[in-house]
Amino acid sequence: MCYCRRHSPWLFHMNSGSCNGCDIELIASLTPRYDAEQLGARLEASPRHADILCITGPVTRNSVEAIKTVYGQVYGPKAVVAIGSCPASTNVFIDSRVLEGPLNRHIPVDVFVPGCPPRPDAILQGIAKAAEIMAERSANAHASKLDNEPVTVEVQS
Amino acid sequence: MNLSTALMRLLVFPGLLFAVPASWFFLWVERKAVAGMQQRVGPPFMQPFVDFIKLLGKGVPARKGIGGFLMTTWPLLALASSAGAVGMLPVISSFHGFAGDLILLLGLLELPSMCLIAAGFSSKSIFAEIGSAREATMNVSYNVVFLLAIVSIAASQHTFSLEALAQTPTTPLYWLGVLAILVCLPAKLHINPFSLPNAEQEIYSGPLTEYAGSELAMWELAHGLEWVASAGLVAMLVAPHFGPWWLDVALFVAISFGVVLLLSVLAAATARLAIDNTVRFYWRVTLVFAVLAISSAPFLRIRL
Repeated sequence: MCYCRRHSPWLFHMNSGSCNGCDIELIASLTPRYDAEQLGARLEASPRHADILCITGPVTRNSVEAIKTVYGQVYGPKAVVAIGSCPASTNVFIDSRVLEGPLNRHIPVDVFVPGCPPRPDAILQGIAKAAEIMAERSANAHASKLDNEPVTVEVQS
Repeated sequence: MNLSTALMRLLVFPGLLFAVPASWFFLWVERKAVAGMQQRVGPPFMQPFVDFIKLLGKGVPARKGIGGFLMTTWPLLALASSAGAVGMLPVISSFHGFAGDLILLLGLLELPSMCLIAAGFSSKSIFAEIGSAREATMNVSYNVVFLLAIVSIAASQHTFSLEALAQTPTTPLYWLGVLAILVCLPAKLHINPFSLPNAEQEIYSGPLTEYAGSELAMWELAHGLEWVASAGLVAMLVAPHFGPWWLDVALFVAISFGVVLLLSVLAAATARLAIDNTVRFYWRVTLVFAVLAISSAPFLRIRL
């Protein structure tokens, strides 16, 4: 199971007010040149199917609720990758009055991929690292008979 | 066919023991072929199996009420019917006892897409409902051609029995019917250019938007089994039966593989059509051939 979790990270990409630079780089990491599918990664359309939440952007005030909702919609075990400098530190937008960043004020972040924008190979490394963290965490939680992290899941209907 | 052969067929070959690994293999072939066409390396060999195990270990939403019950039931029903369809394919011939006919096979092949439509509507998500509506629209357009093709094959060979169809020599009309079935398969399997119900980037994941964890794993497996059943249907109609049983089996697997490869290459080479274009394609273009095939079937019967 641990092996399977490490080798099948399904991604959900979310933009929290990014300039689109990191989004383009994330898509570039799925294209033939970098080919994230070798790692088993697949960009999923629905957060329900995903294991790893990839968030770009400096977290604007409008996107905070959306981020929390989507984080809740991903079923555990899960991991969060913050792509670019913006979610880590709000970057050049620091002290802006429309921002609620950085990202780890709102949801737990497992891997930060720094860069403005980061290179696709760095993003791939971040995804692989996040999958590893996710697999280890769920294995440890299982071994110590503890529950996974408190999952607040929103169920439609 | 006595009980033991029936069970053998359902559980071992071409049933579950063969079909489940085969469905993972075909899903891998599909992804690998698309990757190859795009000059990528593509997923590792065990990827669909790894995905399946991982999905089994993920959380499943706690759903309440009759809607929740239905949402858990649809993937299981789809899985059961597609597994039954694979189990019915007469690869190793046996000419006595119960042998399913083409109509039962068609019904079992149709049930997964019905389940998909129902699942989309019972999940109450707007994206799932749009996906289900598209699936239903597509269903009424490609199924006309699909059923006419099947009927013309059956009419030209005087029989609905699967075993007899697999044994009889082919006629030109028969090949026309097989061609029509091949044209319908991309729509049946939701791959490009007819990947409308599960159109990513448009309507999230279509009917499966609200599914997660082991229920999604059941859908994936049912989809893989649909691949095996559809490719197997073509292989059964096309493959000549002449040798010992192992030669029949090898030929069946080889032709199924060829069909999967062909469909994958088609999927990689084309872009998604709009729903009105899809409906127009099936009703205007392919329906003509299907009607031609079925209207000439009685003449062939006279000659036979």
